[in-house]
Amino acid sequence: MNLMDKYQIVIGLEVHAQLQTNSKLFCGDSIAFGAEPNTHVSPVTLAHPGTLPKTNKKAVEYAVRLGIACNCEIVRYNYFARKNYFYPDLPKGYQISQHTTPICKGGYVTIQSTEGEKQIILNRIHMEEDAGKSIHDADDFYTCIDLNRAGTPLVEIVTEPCIHSSEDAFQYITELRKLVQWLGVCDGNMEEGSLRCDANVSVRLKRETTLGTKVEVKNLNSIRNVKKAIDYEAERIIGLLEKGEPVIQQTRSFNADNDTTFSMRDKEDANDYRYFADPDLAPFNLTEEYIQNIKEALPALPAELKHTFTTELGLSEYDAANICEDKSSADYFHSVAAINKHYKAIANWMLGPIKQYLNEHQIGYADFTLLPKTFSSLVNLVQEGKVNFSVASQKLLPELMKHNQDPATLAESLNLLQVSNVNELEKWVDEVIANMPDKVAEYKKGKKGLIGLFVGEVKKVSKGQADPKMVTELLQKKLS
Amino acid sequence: MEVTEQMIQHLANLSRLSFSDEETKAFKNDLQGMIAFVEKLQEVDTTGIQPLQHMGDAVNVLREDEIQGSINRTEALKNSPIKDDTFFKVPKVIKK
Repeated sequence: MNLMDKYQIVIGLEVHAQLQTNSKLFCGDSIAFGAEPNTHVSPVTLAHPGTLPKTNKKAVEYAVRLGIACNCEIVRYNYFARKNYFYPDLPKGYQISQHTTPICKGGYVTIQSTEGEKQIILNRIHMEEDAGKSIHDADDFYTCIDLNRAGTPLVEIVTEPCIHSSEDAFQYITELRKLVQWLGVCDGNMEEGSLRCDANVSVRLKRETTLGTKVEVKNLNSIRNVKKAIDYEAERIIGLLEKGEPVIQQTRSFNADNDTTFSMRDKEDANDYRYFADPDLAPFNLTEEYIQNIKEALPALPAELKHTFTTELGLSEYDAANICEDKSSADYFHSVAAINKHYKAIANWMLGPIKQYLNEHQIGYADFTLLPKTFSSLVNLVQEGKVNFSVASQKLLPELMKHNQDPATLAESLNLLQVSNVNELEKWVDEVIANMPDKVAEYKKGKKGLIGLFVGEVKKVSKGQADPKMVTELLQKKLS
Repeated sequence: MEVTEQMIQHLANLSRLSFSDEETKAFKNDLQGMIAFVEKLQEVDTTGIQPLQHMGDAVNVLREDEIQGSINRTEALKNSPIKDDTFFKVPKVIKK
């Protein structure tokens, strides 16, 4: 019996997303990444006596925005609690968190799995502050502490233990990452730690209803590593179960060098965090109107846009999905489609030559300088047969990126306009026919498929300027 | 509620303190006395009364998302017993 038929893997994911505010959750220090250590710190961050925290309005708004987009229930009466524990990078000796009373309850994220659309059910989204950073290898005798990150606003997005394959986990993080970026609440950068994932993994027999002993895997700094760590853990636990050995509840760390995990600590005692409401922070209430305003200002979500693009503009599923891969791309498409009805052609351009251009220059649509209006004219130029597509994408586009002028004028000055003057075309056609007597003879004997070869040759000698449709007609006439 | 030596050890552990047997006994007696005193409050009937989370009436005390109030690194590190020009330093936290 296949082991995968015998056991079921149960996965719950906890994602920490750094909110894209300017300042920290409870004080005015910048949260910008990469600053000199211990320069984004204030007496509040350093937990000096007598300092008082004050909640960042924007962070609350971002949490609500994400909650609405994830179909959560938004909680009206909120307060922050203290989670008490000692660690050197936690200056106050407690973390301010909503752990016990999350701002968003329930909800779900829709993913595309191999079995079609699936909803990953959320338990909650709560707000909390980040800890500082401990650097263990900079000094032989001491651990160095950088408190720049301490107090950075986070939301923790927690799923129910409802994911049963590493592939679905991969899709979920991919979707979630896209969503937070789309909403502008988090930059989604996993390498810089703006988006971090912990995976809770357990295994049980297929018919079993209670959960098996779980392990928590930390330090998953890429989506691929989330998948690898789950695969490794599932196999390790099934191995233990098959040998009849106990599974120990542990916190494990992923080692990206060899795709394995190792134990960081056993969870012997249940942690005792002694949560209680932070007396320094006033509770905050959200009104119906406040929530409604955020809801109305929400941008159209990827799934919605994809649907519009396929049903109303006639794009294929594939094209629509790719256009909606990120918000700036969808926005760009949207602004061009507003002034140009050649939707399919716009998509082809965006997913072909323009994507290639962006990749080559390692930029996104946010830094793409071609105006939608200019781009629209470029699309029209090809649609109207004035410039051939490959010439337009290979020669005209790069020039346009340098000059950003009217594509038709530029094409003319660069001599890229397609020639449909019969006299000129005839010269090229005659030249090709004269150069290929053998092929011409074969064609005349009935090998009509050779027409493509002749057209290609004319294209070559004309340096792409010959109108292929007219060339085909001319060739057929001359060779008949 | 009965305070045990085990509870005192647990609290000491959470507070990163360590007590001798003698101290543990003394704390046990002291804490037992305090808890007995506070337990008097349990005689009050609180049926149907919401727990009081915050002492004040203030709600929605929020700030705009503006950068302000940071101090420079020299000032930040000033009161730290162990440091260099860049970092706070603490005894090595064992890893792995």
